[in-house]
Amino acid sequence: MKSFLGKRAIASAISLVGLVILVFFLSRLTGDPTDLYLPVDASQEARDNFRRIHGLDQPLMVQFFQYVGDLLRFDFGESIRRSEPAIDAVLRGFTWTLQLAAITMALVTAMAILIGSLAAFHVGGFFDRLATFFSLVGASAPDFWIAIVAIVIFSVNLGWVPTSGTGGWEFWILPVAVLFIRPFGLILQVVRGSMISTLSSAYVKTARAKGLRNRPIIFVHALRNAMLPVITVIGDQAAALLNGAVVVESIFGFPGVGKLMIDSILQRDFSVILAAIMVTAFAIFLMNLLIDILYAVLDPRIRY
Amino acid sequence: MSHLLEVRNLTVDFHTAQGTVHAVRDVSWHLDRGECLAILGESGSGKSVSASAVMNLIDCPPGEIVSGEILFEGEDLLKMPSERRRDLNGRRVAMIFQDPLSHLNPVYTVGFQISEMMTTHGEPKDKARARTLELMKRVGIPDHENKFDQYPHQFSGGQRQRLMIAMALAMKPDILVADEPTTALDVTVQAQILRLLEELQAEYGMGLLLITHDLGVVAEVADRVVVMNAGEIVESGTAQQVYKAPVHPYTKKLIAAVPGEGEMAEPVGQDEPVLKIDNLRKVYGGFTALDDATLTVLPCETVAIVGESGSGKSTLAKTVLRLEDATSGAAYYDGRDLVSLPAKELFELRRHIQMVFQDPTQSLNPRMSVYDIVSEAFAIHPDILPKAKWKARVQELLEQVGLEAAHMSRYPHQFSGGQRQRIAIARALALEPQLIICDEAVSALDVSIQAQVIQLLKRLQKELGLSYLFIAHDLPLVRDFAHRVVVMQGGKIVEQGPVREIFESPREKYTKDLLTASPHPDPEVQAERRKARMELEKTA
Amino acid sequence: MAVSETPPASEAQSIPKPPPAWLSILRMLYRDKFALCAAIFLIVVVFCAVFGPMLLGEAATDQNLRGRNTPPFDFSQHWTMWLGGDALGRPLLARIIVAAQNTMMIAAGAVLASLIIGTTLGLVAGYTGKAASQVIMRLADVIMSFPSLLLAVIVLYMLEPAVGNLIIVLAITRIPIYLRTSRAEVLEVRERMFVQAAQVMGASTFRIVFRHILPVVAPTLITIATLDFAFVMLAESSLSFLGIGIQPPEITWGLMVSQGRSYLTSAWWLSFWPGLAIILTTLSLNLLSNWMRTALDPVQRWRLEISRKKK
Repeated sequence: MKSFLGKRAIASAISLVGLVILVFFLSRLTGDPTDLYLPVDASQEARDNFRRIHGLDQPLMVQFFQYVGDLLRFDFGESIRRSEPAIDAVLRGFTWTLQLAAITMALVTAMAILIGSLAAFHVGGFFDRLATFFSLVGASAPDFWIAIVAIVIFSVNLGWVPTSGTGGWEFWILPVAVLFIRPFGLILQVVRGSMISTLSSAYVKTARAKGLRNRPIIFVHALRNAMLPVITVIGDQAAALLNGAVVVESIFGFPGVGKLMIDSILQRDFSVILAAIMVTAFAIFLMNLLIDILYAVLDPRIRY
Repeated sequence: MSHLLEVRNLTVDFHTAQGTVHAVRDVSWHLDRGECLAILGESGSGKSVSASAVMNLIDCPPGEIVSGEILFEGEDLLKMPSERRRDLNGRRVAMIFQDPLSHLNPVYTVGFQISEMMTTHGEPKDKARARTLELMKRVGIPDHENKFDQYPHQFSGGQRQRLMIAMALAMKPDILVADEPTTALDVTVQAQILRLLEELQAEYGMGLLLITHDLGVVAEVADRVVVMNAGEIVESGTAQQVYKAPVHPYTKKLIAAVPGEGEMAEPVGQDEPVLKIDNLRKVYGGFTALDDATLTVLPCETVAIVGESGSGKSTLAKTVLRLEDATSGAAYYDGRDLVSLPAKELFELRRHIQMVFQDPTQSLNPRMSVYDIVSEAFAIHPDILPKAKWKARVQELLEQVGLEAAHMSRYPHQFSGGQRQRIAIARALALEPQLIICDEAVSALDVSIQAQVIQLLKRLQKELGLSYLFIAHDLPLVRDFAHRVVVMQGGKIVEQGPVREIFESPREKYTKDLLTASPHPDPEVQAERRKARMELEKTA
Repeated sequence: MAVSETPPASEAQSIPKPPPAWLSILRMLYRDKFALCAAIFLIVVVFCAVFGPMLLGEAATDQNLRGRNTPPFDFSQHWTMWLGGDALGRPLLARIIVAAQNTMMIAAGAVLASLIIGTTLGLVAGYTGKAASQVIMRLADVIMSFPSLLLAVIVLYMLEPAVGNLIIVLAITRIPIYLRTSRAEVLEVRERMFVQAAQVMGASTFRIVFRHILPVVAPTLITIATLDFAFVMLAESSLSFLGIGIQPPEITWGLMVSQGRSYLTSAWWLSFWPGLAIILTTLSLNLLSNWMRTALDPVQRWRLEISRKKK
């Protein structure tokens, strides 16, 4: 287990280092932020001054090693736009995203497993067809389109929920509902498929020969086995949400890390981009670890 | 007085792609307390269907119980409310299956799975646990206290079947249904499991319903036997009657096909060996799979390698064919060492040594037509035949193995198991080899098909002067086919010699054990053997 | 053993001659009504993509300030206006048909490129030595951990947001999917008996990979590609929606949704119809991919060949 953890951490660290290097140089290739932040008629002196303050006057390699040096002291740099430590802005945004992702994934997982299992048990029946159809439609729908259609219907026409922003629980309904649809559709299909093959497995036959009732057969014998392929997909979907649901966050004016990232790119706020990448990468690393542990818990044959 | 269990005029249909299949038609049999009824049949005979119907394990659809009754203590199961029927399963009628690894849930401990049988039927948890431990001890699981919390994959094949038996017996059922309970096991383990079943049957006074394809198993345990073919019962009677005086032509054919009765072959004359294996050794990590094996194969000779699982017989084949690299030793073909030959020369030698694998379903590429499969040999070795002649040659090869030219454009999944193995043989022959290594080449086939394929191999040997290295676990089969026999155990060759010597005067204890464990199809012979074995045990 | 060695003739003749492959595939497709509808719809979309700009290119850019935000279902108008007009009075239906070309081209280009590159790398990683495999897999990890949208934004910011660049960006982000799948499948398939049988015959690595492994792996990859086509379409739409994908005057469905967003409350149809086009296309792709999963597998195929009598 320990060597597995170590290997995992090293592999992740390597890809994170690669990522940071890549993003550092690529993002700087998009141009100089000076023009964005200073008025068009700003004097050359003001421009030089701005560049000096933000360390942009140095050669690229010098900037890079300076950045790495700071990073080793856990200094993620300053945000140009907000004049605050980049890490603060990122952590604030990430907290929002984390909550959004956690709520959504909890709902998705619970619903997809329940409905998928029942659909698999009554395969070919009315309930199964209905579930399959809706999961397919859900998996096919572009989230930005669902988001704006939902805003038109529920916020503008019916006035049930606010269109955007943050505040009480009612602000969470639409973002969660919109984010729910695609992962739900995808995971439901995986649960159903996995459940169907598990229910036709030999040990389920044994359970029936033992005289077990349907409920323990589905939820004790079949489900735990069927969950193994499902967990991987849940992990992928959760990772996508942790990366920030950029589109949905920007439509609903939700101050998550996705929106922060896209704003920072458009405004060439380099330290924030890098900090956001590192924070989300770390979160995804932790989550993948959790998935691996869950795997081993569910299946005693897996030992790391 | 009604029987304990009686199936009357049962007809079950399956609705499949090819239309409706009558899985069983108008089948009737009965089972009483304390007796053992065997349902004997080959694959596709419908031998398991009536038992599945008893256990309510037939999926409807695609299955459909068209007509008939299943009377348990005089009451029709098919008319019983489903909740009551569920409650009978496990409590009054229990079942064990062929492949215990896949029939035990891999993610729960065996202790949980055995006690679940009792908790489901209303026993309290602590009592279930105590009884589970007792049962595990009874079926012969060593160190049962610690094994309670282990998972199925941590046990051996034989132990898993013991655990299945323990689970089935938990509620002291009146009937035990055993569906091919020993098929996947080694002969010596099979003998132990069958004995355990017999003992427990006597102990509990159950009715035992045994489903099998193996006449030897029938002879060992069954009182009465029902023979099924193509969904119908063709013959029934006591095991003795059916074996000694079969009436139906199918039964006669089946009994005739059982190997182990024919003339044993005489050794072939001395000659320069085709293959000379010299101290061949293969080590995986710290595990020695093959330990200094030395043997020779003469021209036109069949050398059988017998042994149980883990004996190293397949490793031997793989190292000779360079599918695995040997750790040390040599295997000479035509004076050249296969084990150390550089790739280019090895390629030239490849065509002289071919292989026929165990499972033709897996050894034929499902996406290639029969023509593609057989003619691939010519594509790989273009010097054998110009492309214009491929078709004619493939046709010739197919006819040689008993198939037809029209089969060329079909795909493997459209053939039966026996036909697929013929395709695999045609593929091996395409390269015109001198030596064919058969790795359990007929063990996946039904007895009657087995006999046909063996006949085919014998004919080809005569016509083409082939040598075979025939790897098998089935001793009677080897007895009928081989010139010489090599017995392996734990990676080592324990004994080798002409077939008559091995079968009539074996020297090593392991060889003797193997021979006595392999059941004889004649119930009388089998009864005598059993008596001898018991006496041997008493004195020991 | 008093057994004849030949099997009974009846057994040998019972195998029916199969109809030609394309015919049986069409027949199977006909039996699954959902998949059939999906296939027909996709053919229509492809037709629009190929011929749309040629036939309706003029009409789609024809501004008509009196027809601004014309509501849909006014059948007295020219048929291209039946779904309404946009903010500049251009006919929506015509624009959707014309936009199909860019939308399809980007998705098809990206899927094809990532499929070919990913599969090749996957085959190499799966069937060759450890070193090459390690390098390829780490590379895939980096791409996988890279937020794909971020990559797209950065690249499109540096380069021009043109069709070709969009294809490159999307293709790069999808390569790991095919790479991992094909590698995993190769690792499994190479252990199968028929590969060993080919090795025993002396088949070369090239032959084993392309003759034995690839055909077995291909259906899985094609099924995934179909599904991925839908995913890439959605990704492209998202990028265009965020304003970093295709730039006007070029159009894609995603861009149309985005352009209509400012008129949401007054003219819902501006965003609704192109969005619906996206949904229907991705839904069709999903349905077709589901069907293909069974249809392309000779062992599973019988499930679709069952006649309707059964039901």
